[in-house]
Amino acid sequence: MPAITVRVNGLEVSKEVDARTLLSTFIREELKLTGTHVGCDTSQCGACVVTMNGKTVKSCATFAWEADGADIGTIEGLAQGDELHPMQAAFREHHGLQCGFCTPGMVMTAVQMVKENPSIDEEGIKAGLEGNICRCTGYQNIIEAVKTGAKAMRG
Amino acid sequence: MYDFQVKTPASVDDVKAAVGDAEDGQFLAGGQTLIPVLKQRLAMPSDLISLGRVDGLSGIQAAGDSITIKAMTTHADVAANGDIKSAIPALAKLAGGIGDPHVRNRGTIGGSVANNDPAADYPAAVLGLGATVVTTEREIDADNFFTGMFETSLKEGELITEIRFPIPEVAGYIKFPNPATRYALVGVMVAKTGNTVRVAVTGAGPSVFRVAEMEQALTGNFSPDSIKDGLVAADDLNNDIHASREYRAHLIGVLARRAVAEASS
Repeated sequence: MPAITVRVNGLEVSKEVDARTLLSTFIREELKLTGTHVGCDTSQCGACVVTMNGKTVKSCATFAWEADGADIGTIEGLAQGDELHPMQAAFREHHGLQCGFCTPGMVMTAVQMVKENPSIDEEGIKAGLEGNICRCTGYQNIIEAVKTGAKAMRG
Repeated sequence: MYDFQVKTPASVDDVKAAVGDAEDGQFLAGGQTLIPVLKQRLAMPSDLISLGRVDGLSGIQAAGDSITIKAMTTHADVAANGDIKSAIPALAKLAGGIGDPHVRNRGTIGGSVANNDPAADYPAAVLGLGATVVTTEREIDADNFFTGMFETSLKEGELITEIRFPIPEVAGYIKFPNPATRYALVGVMVAKTGNTVRVAVTGAGPSVFRVAEMEQALTGNFSPDSIKDGLVAADDLNNDIHASREYRAHLIGVLARRAVAEASS
């Protein structure tokens, strides 16, 4: 079994994993970080998006051993104690969710796209969310949330 | 998925050794197609030979008249590369339109080209731009590389190391994306260099193909008006729930005109 060492939300963990273990399974079942959701499990919906070395990836389409040595960020790593990340706060303010299942992937994607392009506009936000599917909201409030979150992240 | 052994070679030589040791080895590049395939138990390799840690398989180099993209370069890196954006903007645009941002962060040019999905974008770039596929064993012209649906002229254990694109005078790529998958329902790459025009179509047939009639018409006059309707017969095109073969035949003409217009702008 491959032995891997990863940093997850800043904390280093070393484990042996079955070769078939997906990064999403590793995060949820080994590390018990269940904020990362598995929606479709066919790598289409984006609910499982995490960051790997600063880039968004679908953790259900990545093997855990491919992340050996990598820096992984999950939704649990965003808030500072009781204080929500500005993007999380914006999703709450704009009600950028209904059932909430897609929200971890949406927020992780949104935070990363704003980091890469702080002045991102609405078209950029829509393009940036192409890999994240929401079956409840119709996206309008998500886009409003990302706009507000981007503004807050710019400070 | 079925169980497999993991191999993580650090050099191309180690890759060759791993291929030799494996009973039925399979290369893993970005995994954006292969991992879903494994999950569905549609493949049962004895070994996954991961290319993610192979030294020297990633990067983009611009020479005077060509751009060389190493096999493990991601779609996101191709889309964002300054040299490609200025020398072959159609190629940067094509890479930036594959899948979604997360797929583009993992998916690689070598993986896409080796897989030769009939609806993938990169085969249109490789064939339309007349690129050369460089492998561990030889160099293969684009015209001799794509041989059928999910089929290429790669031999067992032969690894793509890089793809060399000659820089055209002008080129344009337009696709009609499937609204769910972003795969090309039809995609057309048009490139002109001197008196040579190449037109490559993806998504419409079992494998990417060139359209000689359009190339001849455009060689005489590189203008959207040169492309008449009906230059591609519907008979051999894909016919599925997403689009009829007649619709795809029509789209080829429409998108080719738009690609010529984009190339000329």
